[in-house]
Amino acid sequence: MKNTRRDFIKTSALATGGVLAANSFVIPGAYAAPETHLKLALIGCGGRGTGAVFQAMETGHPIKLVAMADAFRDRLDGSLKPILDKYGAEKVDVPEDRKFVGFDAYKNAIAEADVVILATPPGFRPDHFTEAVKQGKQIFMEKPVATDAVGIRKVLKAAEEAKAKKLNVVVGLQRHYQDNYRKTIAKIHAGEIGDIIGGQVYWNDGGVWVRPRKPEQTEMEYQMRNWYYFNWLCGDHITEQHVHNIDVANWVKKGYPIKAEGTGGRMVRTGKEFGEIFDHHTVQFTYEDGTVIHSECRHFPGAANRVDETFQGTKGTAYLSAGNHGVLTDYTGKKLYEHDRENNVNPYQQEHNELWAALVNGEYKFADAENGARSTMTSILGRYATYSGKVITMDEAINSEINLFPDTLAWDATPKLVPDADGFYPHAIPGKTVTV
Amino acid sequence: MKRVVVPVILIGLLAFYIIEKPLFEAYSQKIPGTPVTFDMTPIEGGTFEMGSSSSLNSDEKPVHKVKVDPFWMGTHEVTWDAFELFLDKNYELAISEEPIGEIVDGLTRPSLPYLDMTFGMGKEHKPAIGMTQYGAIQFCHWLYLKTGFFYRLPTEAEWEYAARAGTNTKYFFGDDSANLDVYAWTAENSDGMTQMVAKKKPNPWGLYDIYGNVLEWTADQYDPEFYKNSPANNPLNPAESLYPRTVRGGSFKTPAEEISSAKRFFNDPKWKQLDPQIPKSQWWFPEAPFIGLRLVRPLNPPSPEEINAYYTAAPIADY
Repeated sequence: MKNTRRDFIKTSALATGGVLAANSFVIPGAYAAPETHLKLALIGCGGRGTGAVFQAMETGHPIKLVAMADAFRDRLDGSLKPILDKYGAEKVDVPEDRKFVGFDAYKNAIAEADVVILATPPGFRPDHFTEAVKQGKQIFMEKPVATDAVGIRKVLKAAEEAKAKKLNVVVGLQRHYQDNYRKTIAKIHAGEIGDIIGGQVYWNDGGVWVRPRKPEQTEMEYQMRNWYYFNWLCGDHITEQHVHNIDVANWVKKGYPIKAEGTGGRMVRTGKEFGEIFDHHTVQFTYEDGTVIHSECRHFPGAANRVDETFQGTKGTAYLSAGNHGVLTDYTGKKLYEHDRENNVNPYQQEHNELWAALVNGEYKFADAENGARSTMTSILGRYATYSGKVITMDEAINSEINLFPDTLAWDATPKLVPDADGFYPHAIPGKTVTV
Repeated sequence: MKRVVVPVILIGLLAFYIIEKPLFEAYSQKIPGTPVTFDMTPIEGGTFEMGSSSSLNSDEKPVHKVKVDPFWMGTHEVTWDAFELFLDKNYELAISEEPIGEIVDGLTRPSLPYLDMTFGMGKEHKPAIGMTQYGAIQFCHWLYLKTGFFYRLPTEAEWEYAARAGTNTKYFFGDDSANLDVYAWTAENSDGMTQMVAKKKPNPWGLYDIYGNVLEWTADQYDPEFYKNSPANNPLNPAESLYPRTVRGGSFKTPAEEISSAKRFFNDPKWKQLDPQIPKSQWWFPEAPFIGLRLVRPLNPPSPEEINAYYTAAPIADY
């Protein structure tokens, strides 16, 4: 996997049009010119994107934020302020002509950088990732990486191209960078609890933010602001959040399910401000070897919370959670392994520590995009099953031609989903809705 | 006509009397429109010796005489049963038997956390956890709008006075940490998680879980030197920066030996490191499943202007 620094520079330079001197990855060192920063662009200036820039800066490597892009100017400004406050003009150089606003802003911002952070709502990820790969950039992109099968296929295609170009791609499925998951799953893969024959993965909690409609907003702007509740942007919470837990199941099983069946609906979150997404999904994913993994996600305030993963093997069980749990137990109740929950590294920071270390060393180490796409696709398969009420195979799902994305991206363009006269949005009806 | 007017005047007088001179007794506060209640215990005002001369912690010195005015204190740590109504307006609307009113409706609510803030430890009768001091104060604000009573966080002095319950020993029951098991959930007996409130014995003034279970927010900025110049009457070190602020009582994770009436704990930016967003949440500490709160209601509330200023102080951005 590892290539030499010289090769890497060459690859990068070729990919960016051959301008080696101006766009060098070479960091002050043995034979490099001093005072060279890796140039970073942020695409999607929300809280998460801003957080990712902080984590990049916290690595301590010579990084300069040089461009930012967002659909909304206020989001861009709100993101730049804390970054500038914290890291100062030496590391943050985003003049007015490198602040890009609007639906096409990403292309220009990507062009300014060596490394890009893609952190818009997930519906845009396939196009943004494709563009970043096309321009030969090193990439950190947030999960999920798409919201429908059409988008997934784009990401898979660009993932191949990224590999061919030896572009590092880290996907923000941060459990892959969290010690309790890494250590415990390595032990599972080493056979410490035998073969995995079942599992349950959960994201049950009270839900997330809502952004109220304002009278001056077009339908497009409203959906973009309140994006969590619209599938072309979010993919429903089974994709936007629960992908984390589903991805852990895939990781443990070293593969992806071949079919899914499930149930879901809108039970307690029925207001018009909640767009079209369900408030609960429960899915059975069947893997190639016949193993069934039960997946459950719901946004029910007042009900019990549970966000974790459990697995049953032929010799014992596993318990994992983002709260640094990693426990293996045999069927006599004896603990085979218990991860120490104190003093663990923040996985959001670890993603960047590892990515940027590779970048400054000119190494090619990370190709997360394919798994990111296939785990996102697994969550979309789950949604296709709960929305339709049918048994859906992965094969059918990944080839679905149903495209949620608007035909035109513009503030006065009409998204595919529009509210009725009372402001309510049509939502999926199991038994009736077609998803593949 | 007369028959109607007299009772109205009487009720009016009675209401006036209750507002002006509340009976200083234990009471159960119903959260209007919901089935949820919580209990408040009267704490007579008085003077006590704050700090510890025998402790090895220098921030507990010098021992100094402090006078506090009377207040009610939460008999229990605030549980999710009440806190979740505040946390999620839609949940409050769903539970409430009557409209919640425009003012409550318009109150700024916490951002809903991206993590399971119960950390798998459960909700019913378990302490609400992981909130910032700002979040704890906004919960008080919500209660004020719901009930009309001025609930707030205890000062460090009020907390220690109530925890000591007239004693000068390390614990309110003496100096031997071995006896703490009767009164508190600590690292030794908690099984690593929060426990339902009031499962252990209370302190002599009727406060449950004043040690252990969860750390409790106070109003004060933490300053290890504060006792050297502390005012004698109702001392408070106003909080001006986010860290460190004082929390008290120890938690389910604290070893018994480290807990005492005088022990001063404080918050840490590390409690927020798992927050993936910038600015970091004003509401939540995703890595502090051991911080909670206990309410205070002063017998003599300040002016409406002062109350308003307390609740509407702008939060400090955290990044």
